[in-house]
Amino acid sequence: MIRVRNLTKTYPVRDGRRTILDSISFDLARGQKLGILGRNGAGKSTLIRIISGAERPDSGSVDRGMSVSWPLAFGGAFQTALTGRDNVRFISRIYNSDFERNIAAVDEFAELGAYLHEPVRTYSSGMRARLAFAISMIIEFDCFLIDEISAVGDARFAQKCQLELFEKRRDRAMIIVSHDAAYVRDHCDHFAVLHDGQMHFHDDFEPAYALFKDLIGWSPPPDTAPETAPETGPQTASIPAIQTTA
Amino acid sequence: MSAAGATELRRAPVPLGTAIAVQRRVIFALLMREALTRYGRHNIGFLWLFVEPMIFTIGVTALWSITKTVHGSTIPITAFALTGYSSVLLWRNMPGRCINALMPNLPLLYHRNVRIFDIFVARLLLEFAGATMSFLLLAMLFTLIGWTQLPENLLEVIGGWFILAWFGMALALFLGALSVRSELVEKLWHPLSYLTFPLSGAAFMVDALPRQAQDFVLLLPMVHGVEIVREGYFGSYARAHYDVGYIVAVALVLTFLALLQIRAVAPDIIVE
Repeated sequence: MIRVRNLTKTYPVRDGRRTILDSISFDLARGQKLGILGRNGAGKSTLIRIISGAERPDSGSVDRGMSVSWPLAFGGAFQTALTGRDNVRFISRIYNSDFERNIAAVDEFAELGAYLHEPVRTYSSGMRARLAFAISMIIEFDCFLIDEISAVGDARFAQKCQLELFEKRRDRAMIIVSHDAAYVRDHCDHFAVLHDGQMHFHDDFEPAYALFKDLIGWSPPPDTAPETAPETGPQTASIPAIQTTA
Repeated sequence: MSAAGATELRRAPVPLGTAIAVQRRVIFALLMREALTRYGRHNIGFLWLFVEPMIFTIGVTALWSITKTVHGSTIPITAFALTGYSSVLLWRNMPGRCINALMPNLPLLYHRNVRIFDIFVARLLLEFAGATMSFLLLAMLFTLIGWTQLPENLLEVIGGWFILAWFGMALALFLGALSVRSELVEKLWHPLSYLTFPLSGAAFMVDALPRQAQDFVLLLPMVHGVEIVREGYFGSYARAHYDVGYIVAVALVLTFLALLQIRAVAPDIIVE
């Protein structure tokens, strides 16, 4: 169980401090998947950073009764002067995890081939994303934090990510923040909209989505039929809802 | 549910032994990462850690030997330069490594076991190892080729060296944490570190100075450290002036202020 209580966070701006999170509280039980919708700048990533422990709240507390991941597929902690292999070794050391096993797993999953032995700075953005995702999968957590994981490599790799994260680790808790409503709908069982520092919770997707559309002032484009949720293809098939970039 | 208004992020209490094991592992990981980033695997790689300070020290030793820099006594010039410049490298490079060290490394904080303190400490240990290896190897080399004698009191050299390292680390931690708050720290440290060099005891023995200058110079804590190292190395050639209590007190206060400062900046940290 993760207990978030009265979380408040402000950032300094030119004329005083801006409140990003205003006394937010919620619980997340094992296996629960909470999807948080919010427009850009609503504070979604701030919330993720505080829950992950990278930043401190101004007040309030996060009680982690289970292990919580770093934001998934996050590549920011890469030392780009080092090779992919060095970065895997670093993570293995930090988390006291078997390096030989991990490097084999990353090698197989990220399919970087000989590039695994080259400095990360020589990687394309797609290769970096693949490495970051593969590294995220070598350490097991009870709860995964996922921040806008919309673009990870090509379609085939996106499918592998889908399998690895949402099939093999379906028993884990997750907090997914996104402005991509379809992604949140397809992977979560609890929903919330973050707006003006407040979280509005809903057990079903539709009311959350309606509120989200309302708050961002979204209206359907004139040439499409009205819909209740965005189309992402047949929902029964195991097609990844992860958006792909060419 | 005990939702006190505390700003701290509560975790299940961890046994001290486990906590120490985690911290050691994290610092080691950071240290290896830092070493590899700085020195890479090209040419001599890791060896640069002490080869670089060795080149500095050899250069200064050579210059001072040739010019017979006025140090006011019959002190063996090689030992004088070796102890003096090695000491400067030890305490002065540490703050340089910690000031503004945090910003480029902030994303590391996403890995919850990595704390701000660990990032600093990893760099400090690396710096300490480099300066110490350099001092040790040069002392052995110079002794082998007959330029210096073995230290008269090895334990005193080691003691002085550790006190100086402690002072350097405390100063580095304090300035490193302070640099998160203000970029003035970096701007001011550069001129200050240059200006204190001639005053730091590297290029003179306190005993050779006029009485009034001695009192002034002994206000600088690092002078005491260098004097201890030198007394251990060639004490019979020159009278050393120092007060162990003074430098230890300064280091202790600085350490305390540094830890307070690290604690104080934590809420201000904004990760990307």
